Amino acid sequence: MELYNGPLDVKEIFGRWLDEEAESNYGAYIPFVGTIRAEEEIEALSFDIYEPVLQKWFDEWQERAKARGAVVRMAHAIGDVPVHTSSYVSAVFSPKRRVALELIDEFVEDFKANAPIWKYDVKNGERIYAEDRSTPMDGSGLLA
Amino acid sequence: MIKVEFLGPIGKAAVEMEAATLADVAAKLKEDEMLVPWLEKCAVALNDTMVKDLDTVLNDGDRISILPPVCGG
Repeated sequence: MELYNGPLDVKEIFGRWLDEEAESNYGAYIPFVGTIRAEEEIEALSFDIYEPVLQKWFDEWQERAKARGAVVRMAHAIGDVPVHTSSYVSAVFSPKRRVALELIDEFVEDFKANAPIWKYDVKNGERIYAEDRSTPMDGSGLLA
Repeated sequence: MIKVEFLGPIGKAAVEMEAATLADVAAKLKEDEMLVPWLEKCAVALNDTMVKDLDTVLNDGDRISILPPVCGG
């Protein structure tokens, strides 16, 4: 898992991951790129991350992938990420395509629901919590 | 004493309190009207592990994190 301040260098990350697994005998490599879209007059999105819980979430996914002979990777931005640049990339390597196709779906969807990351719209230099697009994590409401 | 920290957009400084279980923490946090709407949609971590049981026993020095709705990517 890799965290960066500001937008991701997508080509460098994917190229490096490809190089690192070049001799691992994986038949499938499925990358996913999340790019900030220009909409509702935002200049950028901005992110807060709680790394200790994110690391545990990611480690659990690494174990799940390993049980299926696969590897998951991810990188995410912290702070402001301008429109048309990338805040999030992930990838799955597996011996055959079926596992990788299934895992990238499950991994990215669970990421959206349970990775401890908070998103803000940046408009006129102001950070506004994207509450309407956010999802309560599993177990929410425990203290209510 | 245990410490409660509020993550992301909640925008509240950490607080310290005496609490034997998570239920005690819930009761104390509900005294703050600003927090009540957050608590309904927040998840909870104890020493960076997610917890789902109000009867969870707390020990001196424990750290509780309040995690509001997320949206990575």
